Amino acid sequence: MTPPSPAIGVLALQGAFEVHARRFAELGADACLVRKPGQLAALDALVIPGGESTTFLKHLDRAGFYGVLNQFVHSKPVFGTCAGCILLAREVTNPPQPSLGALDVSVERNAYGRQNDSTILTAETSLPGGPLEMVFIRAPRINRASGKIEVLAKRGDSPVLVRQGHILASTFHPELSQDPRVHQLFLNIVRSSMP
Amino acid sequence: MTENNGFGKQHDSSTGLRLKTGLAEMLKGGVIMDVMNVAQARIAEEAGAVAVMALERVPAMIRAEGGVARMASPRLIKEIMAACTIPVMAKARIGHFAEAQVLQSLGVDFIDESEVLTPADEQHHIDKHAFTTPFVCGAKNLGEALRRISEGAALIRTKGEPGTGDVVHAVTHMRTIVREIKALTALREDELYAAAKNLQAPYELVRMVAEAGKLPVPNFSAGGIATPADASLMMQLGAETIFVGSGIFMKEGGTPLDIEKNDEERKEAISRARAIVLATLHYDDPKIVAEASEAVIGSMKGLAAAAIEEKNLMQTRGW
Repeated sequence: MTPPSPAIGVLALQGAFEVHARRFAELGADACLVRKPGQLAALDALVIPGGESTTFLKHLDRAGFYGVLNQFVHSKPVFGTCAGCILLAREVTNPPQPSLGALDVSVERNAYGRQNDSTILTAETSLPGGPLEMVFIRAPRINRASGKIEVLAKRGDSPVLVRQGHILASTFHPELSQDPRVHQLFLNIVRSSMP
Repeated sequence: MTENNGFGKQHDSSTGLRLKTGLAEMLKGGVIMDVMNVAQARIAEEAGAVAVMALERVPAMIRAEGGVARMASPRLIKEIMAACTIPVMAKARIGHFAEAQVLQSLGVDFIDESEVLTPADEQHHIDKHAFTTPFVCGAKNLGEALRRISEGAALIRTKGEPGTGDVVHAVTHMRTIVREIKALTALREDELYAAAKNLQAPYELVRMVAEAGKLPVPNFSAGGIATPADASLMMQLGAETIFVGSGIFMKEGGTPLDIEKNDEERKEAISRARAIVLATLHYDDPKIVAEASEAVIGSMKGLAAAAIEEKNLMQTRGW
């Protein structure tokens, strides 16, 4: 018997929502684009993609979106990449800005520099299957992570792929690589959270 | 194959292109606003712009004042880079690779090789593969878009007719590009050689577009977009992000709103910036586009593109 297919949403306020949705489709899980707060109630899980976190916050200010999203990320599986990781963090620096506080880390925006400092690295991680390609674009850095955080990959001493219970977050962009392992890991988290 | 940009940093060329188009992905669904000073950049960021374009004069002022339009002063670009956290773009003249080298050394996040500035070369565009910094280029049709991509552009935008507040040419260019892409997908494989010849574009890129049914890089829109409904129109026609040049901070002709001393005019600029960001996100929901339009105070007066003499058009610059 096949398990019921989870309803995954990709927050599509702006940014790399399309590539995330495509990646899930390739893994056999359909993902819908979420632009309004009313859409969250029907979802089992949500992806918060890369983009500009200041723009996300502007849109979330409207129509009670922030409150509904805040409730969602504290109770259901969420996967945040880059700007998504910034939004989920407990604390944001450079400059300080509001965040949902569901992931017990402190994140520094644009910590490695500007676009000319963007880079692609390949390194061993805790994921089985060999080295993982990681695409960093104007990337943030996790400067502090609490004991609740499981670190799955690092760049130097800084965590770049982390998990805290039902939340998965990366400071790089797994959706811009062909390697499906990070998205597959999130699908496993989603499936194991379903009754 | 490696690329060397003259600054000691090298990328494998496919890695370089993935990083460049990767940043373009992050800008999708947003609004990129032209700004001429720090105060405007702050308003743009605060309104939810995904990036700003730093320039000395917006197209409407260049059109009104004439003269040679060049890259902005590095001092201005650095001030704007220091004032906001979102990506900062800046324009280089067509073919002026030395201006582009300067912009790259300043660390701007995107370079616009732009027809808004006075062209520096009447035959050659910049070899954009030679840079680490990604480039955006304008196009009126598919052939022009593919020529720019073959030179290394990581992002294409319609040219439209800049500085007019008249969206008609942006519409024409977007419809042309989308129609020409569709036409390619209907061709037999052995017909693609002649198609490449007719488009005056490299065969390999023509084949990629025929197979994928879309450009190999993101496709944005610029040139005359001035209102929330204009933004909605361009998004519905296939644009993935909107550039707004003179539409936010200008009143009539070549006069900008006084956002530093005049409170009313400052409110007007903020209302326009916010409304166009909201309408771009909810482009397919007319109720929200109506709500955004209603919140706008005033508008750019604009200049009908049909009234501009052929020789004064900016869109015909670029080869």
